[in-house]
Amino acid sequence: MSDTREPGKDQVQPPPVFLERQSYRRRRLMDAARLLPVLGAALFAVPLLWPTEGENAVRMSAAITYVFSVWAVLILVSVGFGVAARQGQPSDPQEPERDT
Amino acid sequence: MTSLNVLVAVCLSYVVLLFGVAFAADRLASAGRSTWLRSPLVYTLSLSIYCTAWTFYGAVGYAARSGLEFVTIYLGPTLVMIGWWWGLRKLVRVGRSQRVTSIADLISSRYGKSNTLAVCVTILAVIGVTPYIALQLQSITLSFSIFAEADPAGSHVEGSSAFWVAAGLAVFAILFGTRNLDANERHHGVVTAVAIEAVVKLIALLAVGVFVVWGIAGGVVDTLQRIDASEIGVWQVDHGRWATITFLAAAAFVCLPRMFQVMVVENDDERHLRTAAWAFPLYLMLMSLFVVPIAVVGLEILPEGSNPDLFVLTVPLAQGQEMLAMLSFLGGFSSATSMVIVAAMALSTMVSNHIVMPIWLNAKGGGASVSGDVRSVVLYARRVSIAAVLALGYFYYRLSGGGAALASIGLIAFAGIAQILPALVGGLFWRGATRTGALVGLTVGFVLWLFTLLLPGMGAGVLAPSVIEQGLWGLSWLRPQALFGIEGLDPMVHSVMWSLSLNSAAFCIASLLSFPSPLERLQGAQFVNVFDHSAGPRGWSGSVAQSEDLMIMSQRIMGAREAQEFFQAEAKAQGSRAYFPEPTPAFLERLERELSGSVGAATAHAMIGQIVGGSSVSVEDLLAVADESAQLLEYSSRLEAKSAELSRTAHKLRDANEKLTQISLQKDAFLSQISHELRTPMTSIRAFSEILRDTDGLEVAEKTRYAAIIHDEAMRLTRLLNDLLDLSVLENGQVSLNVTEGMLVDVIDRAISTALTGSANPLKLRRNRAAERISIRTDLDRLTQVFINLIANAQKYCESHEPTLTISVHDVGGRVVVDLVDNGSGIPPHSQKMVFEKFARVSAEKAGGAGLGLAICREIMQRLGGNVIYLPGQEGGAFRVSLPLGLEIAAQ
Amino acid sequence: MGRRVLLIEDEPNIAEAIRFLLTRDGWHVETHADGADAVEKIAGASADLIILDVMLPGKSGMDILRELRDRDDTRDLPVLMLTARGQSRDRDMAEKAGVSRFMTKPFSNAEVLTAVRDLHAQASQT
Repeated sequence: MSDTREPGKDQVQPPPVFLERQSYRRRRLMDAARLLPVLGAALFAVPLLWPTEGENAVRMSAAITYVFSVWAVLILVSVGFGVAARQGQPSDPQEPERDT
Repeated sequence: MTSLNVLVAVCLSYVVLLFGVAFAADRLASAGRSTWLRSPLVYTLSLSIYCTAWTFYGAVGYAARSGLEFVTIYLGPTLVMIGWWWGLRKLVRVGRSQRVTSIADLISSRYGKSNTLAVCVTILAVIGVTPYIALQLQSITLSFSIFAEADPAGSHVEGSSAFWVAAGLAVFAILFGTRNLDANERHHGVVTAVAIEAVVKLIALLAVGVFVVWGIAGGVVDTLQRIDASEIGVWQVDHGRWATITFLAAAAFVCLPRMFQVMVVENDDERHLRTAAWAFPLYLMLMSLFVVPIAVVGLEILPEGSNPDLFVLTVPLAQGQEMLAMLSFLGGFSSATSMVIVAAMALSTMVSNHIVMPIWLNAKGGGASVSGDVRSVVLYARRVSIAAVLALGYFYYRLSGGGAALASIGLIAFAGIAQILPALVGGLFWRGATRTGALVGLTVGFVLWLFTLLLPGMGAGVLAPSVIEQGLWGLSWLRPQALFGIEGLDPMVHSVMWSLSLNSAAFCIASLLSFPSPLERLQGAQFVNVFDHSAGPRGWSGSVAQSEDLMIMSQRIMGAREAQEFFQAEAKAQGSRAYFPEPTPAFLERLERELSGSVGAATAHAMIGQIVGGSSVSVEDLLAVADESAQLLEYSSRLEAKSAELSRTAHKLRDANEKLTQISLQKDAFLSQISHELRTPMTSIRAFSEILRDTDGLEVAEKTRYAAIIHDEAMRLTRLLNDLLDLSVLENGQVSLNVTEGMLVDVIDRAISTALTGSANPLKLRRNRAAERISIRTDLDRLTQVFINLIANAQKYCESHEPTLTISVHDVGGRVVVDLVDNGSGIPPHSQKMVFEKFARVSAEKAGGAGLGLAICREIMQRLGGNVIYLPGQEGGAFRVSLPLGLEIAAQ
Repeated sequence: MGRRVLLIEDEPNIAEAIRFLLTRDGWHVETHADGADAVEKIAGASADLIILDVMLPGKSGMDILRELRDRDDTRDLPVLMLTARGQSRDRDMAEKAGVSRFMTKPFSNAEVLTAVRDLHAQASQT
């Protein structure tokens, strides 16, 4: 661990700024990822507002289209987050293993 | 028409394939060549045990009956998965870092490793899951019966097929679920088989769907039109159920024992969640994509009254697509078997760990010291538990009759399992959650669920109709489906609302009111703050920050000064000029030893391990624990110190009392001695002066003699008074020393001349004047007084015919030693100790002085930084005077 | 006549003064300075009266008195006790031990003579 003590001290452009920006991005990405299920729940709750009787009643095909579209969008956004998070974290993020 | 025999053959070969896959996967895993087994794909596919036969067959039936509501069963888990950053990530991290083996273990571990809680969760799980297993058996039997009906040659007995299926599944689960006792409870064989089954069921359902849409309905647009034209063609949904079931599915997805098993326990790598976050929702979406078309087409083309639950099978069969139907059957079979196997495994783990093992250990009376001993018992208990769980499912299936009552059990089981949710979520996110809270919440939720959903749902006979109509004990507000007078709700919504809200409320209130044990608090901190120490890249100052953490902790345990000294010494020993030492293994070992002196070895090890090992407890939590133990330590050590102080004081008091008594005795003795010494000469003086006064005719010689006696006695009195005053001054330390420089020989000369003046038979002296030429710096007059006393003493008591006093002087290491040895008989041994005491007189006849001379000598020598002792073992009386060459003024 | 007094006293000057006084009063005075063999000395002396100092080398006057009172031949012997310590505790102890008369030093010569005569008179009457 002592070899990581002062990284880039002799470099012209100190990398911490770059890292800082990257970790900032990653954190905002996490915020967005956290919001995704809330958004999904809200979108899946929308059909509850639809009229169920009378002339304006929503056709089943439309309902299916809506629900599966929302579903697909959520999945795609989730894929996007997964890819972005992987790129944002080149190193293994979860195992800060120490050699002590 | 496919004969039943062919179906059975296909089925058996499929099972053999699964056995082979599971066996191969286990072999690969044990050989360490199992990288692809640990891929995110397999993880995602293993999660698909969520989709049981109930969803494989049931979803279409559900859609045929209630339209799109079925989709909520999948929407809940979808939301949970895409929101993995909120909860699943934490759940998996906690599960891995705490090495939990089941949901019951997790709950118990979180709440101070309470086995009571574990037992509660286990019982709840068994009650919730057993009907579910029965449901799977029913689905397999039903699907068999479809083929049996179509095959006139086959004779099919429903019960026996269910039995053989149950037995076969038990064998599979036992073979691959309890082959070894892995510390991490991972079962690669089972997981791989489950993944393959996941693929089979997805392909089967997709194939049926594709066939229906493009083979029967004639394309997407036509399908949509058919849907709109069907009896479920209009959007119609119960709002309460839509929301409730979405939520319930989400809750069950996390809490179901089998889901927990594949999601947390079998998880190999936390990063797999990132893939599963989108891949599993995709799987779910694909599974439900063709549900409505199949339902609509089934309703359209199959005769009225056909069981919609079996459309997935009957539609292809009706169209003559036997291979497709076979595939579909295998899909349903896969759904059922994978669920049963994993559920049985998960339940058996819980039952054996939390119920069987505690009982066994208890019965054994703590004799389980051999680890191999316990190992075999655990495996045995697992196997028996698996068999028992499946037997339970089978009997439930047989007893319930496999009717419609069973079909509704899926959601009821969800609602029951969801009762764990408050304790689980509270445990993960709220440090204040306590064991009592979890226990009370679980109990309240469980009882309400039982009363409002399970018992009424099991049909008449279990709960008397009068209870459902009029409430428990005739109390109308205790009606199971209209609790507290709230009517008109869907029974499911009603039950979930009451049970979960009251469960949560009870959990929170009981948590707030109760006080957690230290272990609970530690575990709570570990769970809630699991990421604080196990995630994120460390800064470059990580090592120093670690030393700082160690320092802060050590200070609280060892005390600030000791800890700082220790760290500084260590830093210096490492050759570092920094304040903190590098946390090298050697340093940590020494620190641990230091700490273990205060808090015990195990605690010290754990504390350092937690800080250095980057484990999941935050420093703050550790400090809290350290503070607590430090307070305890301080308290007990303060008590100890106090009692030690008390006993010291008592001892001192006793000493003081003894001393006072002694002093009082000494004072009495001293006063009576003084009295005696004063009265004795006065008696003589008075008697002779009265004789001189009262007696007539005394001769001159007589008169002279008596006057001389009076004079001598008067002199004796004076000497006594002088000595007394001298001693008093010396003893009180009020004496002021007149320190000058002089030669020892002069001092001795002066003392001899004073002591022997006027003596009739003076001592002969043997001296070495050259040796006496030592320059000393002290109070010369006082020293002279000592020698006068000692020489006069020798003169007085030496009874030799030719009394001789030898004075020899040595210089011993900066001190002058003067020995005065006479040739008399000396002082008998028993008196030697007391010669320096006041009024000590060795023999009666020689009484001339007051007996204070040697006491005065001793006092003076002490003032002069030296001493005077009696030298035993010489030829006569011998005294040794020793004193420093130069007296330090400050010394006195 | 033969009135005999045995004086046990270790201070030579005091012993001399008492001997002078009593001799002039017609007593035969024998002196002894050691406490250790005083009891034997008294028993063998057939004296009419004992004058006993308390502070004696060898054995204290108090012990000697107790021994005398324990012996048949000396039980009734008049004993005049002299002490230089003069504490009331000593007087109590002496009276308990059976002393005939107790006097503290320094005494007046007349007192000693009176005491000796009284004691002898009492002893003669009984």
